[in-house]
Amino acid sequence: MSRRARMLFALMLAPAMFLATFGKALADDAQRWAVNMPKGVTPVSNAIYDIHMIIFWICVVIAVGVFGVMFYSMYAHRKSKGAVAANFHENTTAEIVWTVIPAVLLIVMAIPATSALLQVYDASEAEMDVKVTGYQWKWQYEYLGQDVSFMSELATPESEIYNTAPKSQYYVQEVSEPLVIPANTKVRFLITAKDVIHSWWLPDLGVKKDAIPGLVNETWAYVNEPGIYRGACTELCGQGHAFMPVVVNVLEKEAYNSWLAEKKEAAAAVRELSKKTFTMDELMAQGEEAYNRSCASCHQVNGQGIAGVFPSMIGGAITTGDITSHIDIVVNGKAGTAMQAFGGQLSEVDIAAIVTYERNAWGNNTGDVVQPIDILKHKQGQ
Amino acid sequence: MAHGPAKGIGRWLFTTNHKDIGTMYLWFSFAMFLLGGFFAMVIRAELFQPGMQLVKPEFFNQMTTMHGLVMVFGAIMPVFVGLANWMIPMMIGAPDMALPRMNNLSFWILPFAFLMLSSTLFMDGGAPNFGWTFYAPLSTTYAPDSVNFFIFAIHIMGASSIMGSINIIATVLNLRAPGMTLMKMPMFVWTWLITAFLLIAVMPVLAGAVTMMLMDINFGTSFFNAAGGGDPVLFQHVFWFFGHPEVYIIILPAFGVISHIIPTFSRKPLFGYSSMVYATASIAFLSFIVWAHHMFLVGMPVGGQLYFMYATMLIAVPTAAKVFNWISTMFRGSLSYETPMLFAIAFVILFTIGGFTGLMLAIAPADVQYHDTYFVVAHFHYVMVAGSLFSATAAVYYWLPKWCGRMYNETMGKVQFWISFIGFNVTFFPQHFLGLAGMPRRYADYALQFSDWNMISSIGAFIYGAAQLLFLFNVVRTIRSGKPVSEPKTWEGAEGLEWTVATPAPYHTFSTAPVVK
Repeated sequence: MSRRARMLFALMLAPAMFLATFGKALADDAQRWAVNMPKGVTPVSNAIYDIHMIIFWICVVIAVGVFGVMFYSMYAHRKSKGAVAANFHENTTAEIVWTVIPAVLLIVMAIPATSALLQVYDASEAEMDVKVTGYQWKWQYEYLGQDVSFMSELATPESEIYNTAPKSQYYVQEVSEPLVIPANTKVRFLITAKDVIHSWWLPDLGVKKDAIPGLVNETWAYVNEPGIYRGACTELCGQGHAFMPVVVNVLEKEAYNSWLAEKKEAAAAVRELSKKTFTMDELMAQGEEAYNRSCASCHQVNGQGIAGVFPSMIGGAITTGDITSHIDIVVNGKAGTAMQAFGGQLSEVDIAAIVTYERNAWGNNTGDVVQPIDILKHKQGQ
Repeated sequence: MAHGPAKGIGRWLFTTNHKDIGTMYLWFSFAMFLLGGFFAMVIRAELFQPGMQLVKPEFFNQMTTMHGLVMVFGAIMPVFVGLANWMIPMMIGAPDMALPRMNNLSFWILPFAFLMLSSTLFMDGGAPNFGWTFYAPLSTTYAPDSVNFFIFAIHIMGASSIMGSINIIATVLNLRAPGMTLMKMPMFVWTWLITAFLLIAVMPVLAGAVTMMLMDINFGTSFFNAAGGGDPVLFQHVFWFFGHPEVYIIILPAFGVISHIIPTFSRKPLFGYSSMVYATASIAFLSFIVWAHHMFLVGMPVGGQLYFMYATMLIAVPTAAKVFNWISTMFRGSLSYETPMLFAIAFVILFTIGGFTGLMLAIAPADVQYHDTYFVVAHFHYVMVAGSLFSATAAVYYWLPKWCGRMYNETMGKVQFWISFIGFNVTFFPQHFLGLAGMPRRYADYALQFSDWNMISSIGAFIYGAAQLLFLFNVVRTIRSGKPVSEPKTWEGAEGLEWTVATPAPYHTFSTAPVVK
């Protein structure tokens, strides 16, 4: 073999050697080295997978043909081998052929694509509705007609993100409370957002839809297999974009029903709590926890905010000034800024605790105590 | 009368010479390429491992935004304007561009635009952090204050592009040598003529989009604010009505370059010249009617979805015709593999791969899974980097001897090619896998199952980045001390008027128009 041929041979062999060496590791750790999309667990995700593979293989066949001719020319018609250039150009027949063939292939692709798309769009006759609302940087799930609603936010601690603690198995893919839906049920999702555009994606369900403030989009899923499925936000929505995962827990119908009943009871209990009077210490403890969960991503754990973007909480006109306007900005947000309205996201107890905490932490020390009933009254316009 | 360049800095500040202005465009775009590349290195270094190591997520978003803006508006667009300035007058037998003083202006406002854009990195609240597509309301209500500087910078870049385009159209339509009919024009001139019309059509649309943003931010309007009766989706329609033709603005001149290099090194004329012209024109037309395929998930009616899917798939036909043409040109030629040809062949292969993934992305139901994942990132880097940038690199190697009368170091060129080719594919091929497996784009951090491919991708990016420094070195070395060449025709198989003038090209060429038969 000539030196050149040996080199060529070695180059061709390299991938095979690589596979032989690492093939077992690859197979053992399929998820880590995943190269393709999941087939998923809904009719839609299966239809998408099928159309994806059809188009992929058509492209592979075309590529082999086209690159085959090219590599053949590169090899056989080398000047160094003494090739003399032909002088042909312009051939109408060839041009027509290579226009018609792709056009026909496109039609072949368009037919299954159209039927798959119609399936994706068919959210009719759903058995239940869940409203999904995107916030910076969490999701709210409301079970329409059930009086059940909760926020779902990242549960991975900062220490894992900033590498001071080892990363757990579901790093940045775990939430405080997952969405729960029943299996073998057509669930319609009504998707919107409160601040910027987000996008709600569950790969295994074949569901992705933009969550746009001011608009309500719909999509749907019919999950065959109970289990926990993980997804993500896919529209850039600010600094927490990578940190607002979507997690859904699909339960068998009976398990789902008992979960829903428990949720309803818990919701009633929380509403009851808003009439209770808390001590300062109770409010401060709960306030710290709730502040760090819902406020610290912007205003920071130390209350100092970020200069030029998010205001500081320390000694300001709001956190040490008039209590009513402080409650108002937390409950109703501030139009035209990133400050969200938390009235619909948090319980009265949490809001009262947060306001109390903000007025007394970091040296603000106003001594003010705000009770849940104050928040409730504020919401009712008293 | 013919005279040489002025002395000192005045030569560059006040020049109206198309070659000087072309040179400045080329160096400027290379500087921006290095700056944008530096931002990319920050991104890939942060993504080397899961967890936040080097930067905060907020700064990461600034890096992705600035990387996109600087590369698209600062590196890729100006590099082709630079090539157009140098080559179009020499290719059509014109003494200079038709509007030489405007030519000076359209270059000299660019550095200020990018100075202003880059200065936002040092402002309170940081640089733009909303992605190069700057979707409202993240880029309006929720934007840092520096967004106003960004808007002004975009306006200046747009003005520069529009002036450049007017100049190219005026030059091509008025200053062709006697006998050079439209259908005898070199492909690079054709692709640029069509590109210039695209630019004039869509840059004002971009200007409109950023002006509406400016109004929403500062003057209380609600174009994109749902709470005031506006519509955030309107922004996306306006942006992509600019943005989709924009990607063809970036790729069409690259097609033109490749259509010169492949015949030269195949020693055989381009297979189907007129079909190439028609294909280019068809692509340009189609580019205006497919924009909403970037918006398959905003909640369009299914009819709109189907229309945009079919129209997008149609683009495959003229694009395939181009690829078939290049391959037929190589078929039964007499091929040699100098550096420009290596880049051109890599262009054909990798651009075609980018085309295939583009076709996959056009399939609306499949886009449900692909949309806004690394699959998209891989797709458009195959088109932008292996497409446009490989073509621009090929063009520099191809015409450098003509520009400076010195030959580059072929071995170093080939080494740079292979490092770039390998580095590029190691960077971006695994990103297909990442996207399909579920990693969204513009993520500062990711789940653990994506660690391995991300690490490989980052290693590839560092390799690719290093290769560009070698490119810089090779070019500077050529200009300073390359082997002098003086034959008008550097390459045996080269055709065209630019190869009839002396090497290096004198300061003024074609003061008397040649006659084309």
